[in-house]
Amino acid sequence: MPSSDKIPVIEVAGLTARFGDNIVFENVTFQVFKGEILVVLGGSGCGKSTLLKHLIGLYQPYRGRVLIHGVDINTDDDAQLRKLRTGFGVLFQSGALFGSMSLAENLALPLQEYTDLSADIIELIVKMKLGLVNLAGYENHLPEEISGGMKKRAGLARAMALDPTILFFDEPSAGLDPITSVELDNLIKSLNAGMGTTMVVVTHELESIFNIAHRVVMLEKSARGIIAMGDPRDLQQHSRDPRVTNFFNRLPPEAKETRTGNGQKNL
Amino acid sequence: MKEALEPIEDFSLNLAGEKGKEVILAISGRLALENLHRFRSELKKRWTEMYPAKLTVDLAGVDYLDSAGALALVQMESEAQARAVSFSFSNVHEEAQRIMGLIDREALTQPPLIPEKRSISLLEQVGEASQRIFADLVQMLTFLGELLTALFSALWHPRSVRWGDVLFYMKRAGVDGLPIVGLIALLLGLIIAFMSSLQLKQFGANIYVASLLAVAMVEELGPIMTAILVAGRSGSAFAAEIGTMKINEEVDALITMGFDPVRFLAVPKVLAAMIVVPVLTIYAIFSGLLGGLIIGVLGLDLTVYSYVQETKRSIELFSLVSSLIKSVVFAMLLAGIGCQRGFQVQGGAEAVGAATTSAVVAGIFLIIVTDSAFALALHYIR
Repeated sequence: MPSSDKIPVIEVAGLTARFGDNIVFENVTFQVFKGEILVVLGGSGCGKSTLLKHLIGLYQPYRGRVLIHGVDINTDDDAQLRKLRTGFGVLFQSGALFGSMSLAENLALPLQEYTDLSADIIELIVKMKLGLVNLAGYENHLPEEISGGMKKRAGLARAMALDPTILFFDEPSAGLDPITSVELDNLIKSLNAGMGTTMVVVTHELESIFNIAHRVVMLEKSARGIIAMGDPRDLQQHSRDPRVTNFFNRLPPEAKETRTGNGQKNL
Repeated sequence: MKEALEPIEDFSLNLAGEKGKEVILAISGRLALENLHRFRSELKKRWTEMYPAKLTVDLAGVDYLDSAGALALVQMESEAQARAVSFSFSNVHEEAQRIMGLIDREALTQPPLIPEKRSISLLEQVGEASQRIFADLVQMLTFLGELLTALFSALWHPRSVRWGDVLFYMKRAGVDGLPIVGLIALLLGLIIAFMSSLQLKQFGANIYVASLLAVAMVEELGPIMTAILVAGRSGSAFAAEIGTMKINEEVDALITMGFDPVRFLAVPKVLAAMIVVPVLTIYAIFSGLLGGLIIGVLGLDLTVYSYVQETKRSIELFSLVSSLIKSVVFAMLLAGIGCQRGFQVQGGAEAVGAATTSAVVAGIFLIIVTDSAFALALHYIR
């Protein structure tokens, strides 16, 4: 982690997510510090994406709260909420680019809406942001004309349009080939190192986790919450919780205790 | 009105040196997106004041820099180079250096790989539109051929039809449409009977309100109004449903699984519409006649018996049967065009919206054109 000063940027306190009778997770508490890349990981259905949607204010918590820069993301103050939202960017799983707009228009939209910059400066910023994500020259392409990996990079450029201090990523590697996935991970790392942006990444890709994470928060479905937190390598080697080591060593839960033909336990 | 991102913390510029010679520009404070505009205009003003031969930009006092601020600094360097001014940065913090290092200077000047769409001449526009219309027509005819083949095949092999889906769409297009079709037809009957009664009353021909409404509802308004309402309710829904399936690659999945998407997706919808639209038409005719009856009894002092007798006398079996045949054809057209527009979808959400609109517009257009053809044909057959 580049910054030694541990200033909490996001504070999650006693967060409970519940849909009807289904409790996804309860009493989740953790902090994200300035400049770090925190990865939220866990198996399918453990509530990673639900947690992310609570962090960015798309879902209302059943209990608990999420503070960003000390302000509740579910504040009723519209002006404060808008200010909060322009302070972070989100890269959605599919990129979520607006299909009817070119990449340049996608990127220019937040700049046109939230700044008084002239069209030529916005054009220059758009070129710069596309250059940052290695998409120089693609400003007039429509989202349907570029590949999945490029869509994610363009989505990242749009998320960074207003130079936010926090970036959220929902499964950035999903649907990408391993090389493109590594390229995107390296891009995330270089942007974090270069701009000092705080990043929260939701993923279950082990390669990505080891490549980018400064710290991880691991959710587990049956525990309905966090079962581990810390450095991923540390957890892989030293965790005493078999659910954590199984995850990091790619072992399915049922493989933790099978018997071989001679009746011996095989862990 | 634009909203400021956050309270603007300022920057300051201090110039030292001699005009036209070596100048040191010290920047301090916050250099970020929200004050980029002011920074650039301030800089432009200072530049014209000094016209330096050599410019050193001292960044020692900069305590916040984001990528937009870094871009402004990089641009400043490029502008100096363009004016043949010797340029250098001094006292650059490590953090600022990292951010400036991220900016790909070539990307700032690289032309787009696809040039911006130029405006085309009127002649080209006419040509493009003609091509589009021709391609659309070819596609429509191809689809019509596929649909008719699938429908005939369904006649010979009724077990191949997905009757569960047919029932589902019969409920959607038919049963769910009963309230609105009934209400519109009733109001239409009321309005026509009322308006015509104002004229016919003057000649003491009150009883002919019943004949007028019966002929109008049975021969034209019943089938047309019902078809237009179903086009709006169900034709658009068919286009949106198939269009979304196309975007989600569900149609591709059907093809690769060896299913014919027309048989699988279009035939149940078209069959359902062909079954329920005639029923809805009869229902609409009755609702319209009921509207007329209300006006006749309450406003024209006619008895229920005389109104019904006059209505029965005016309705010919030929008209009723031809209306039902017409409504079956309308149903096939509106459901068919809805499905065809859905299959045409390419791209994203916008394309689904366009297909939905197009399904309704084309559906209504085809209904009116076909109705004109029917009017001519029935005139000679009768």
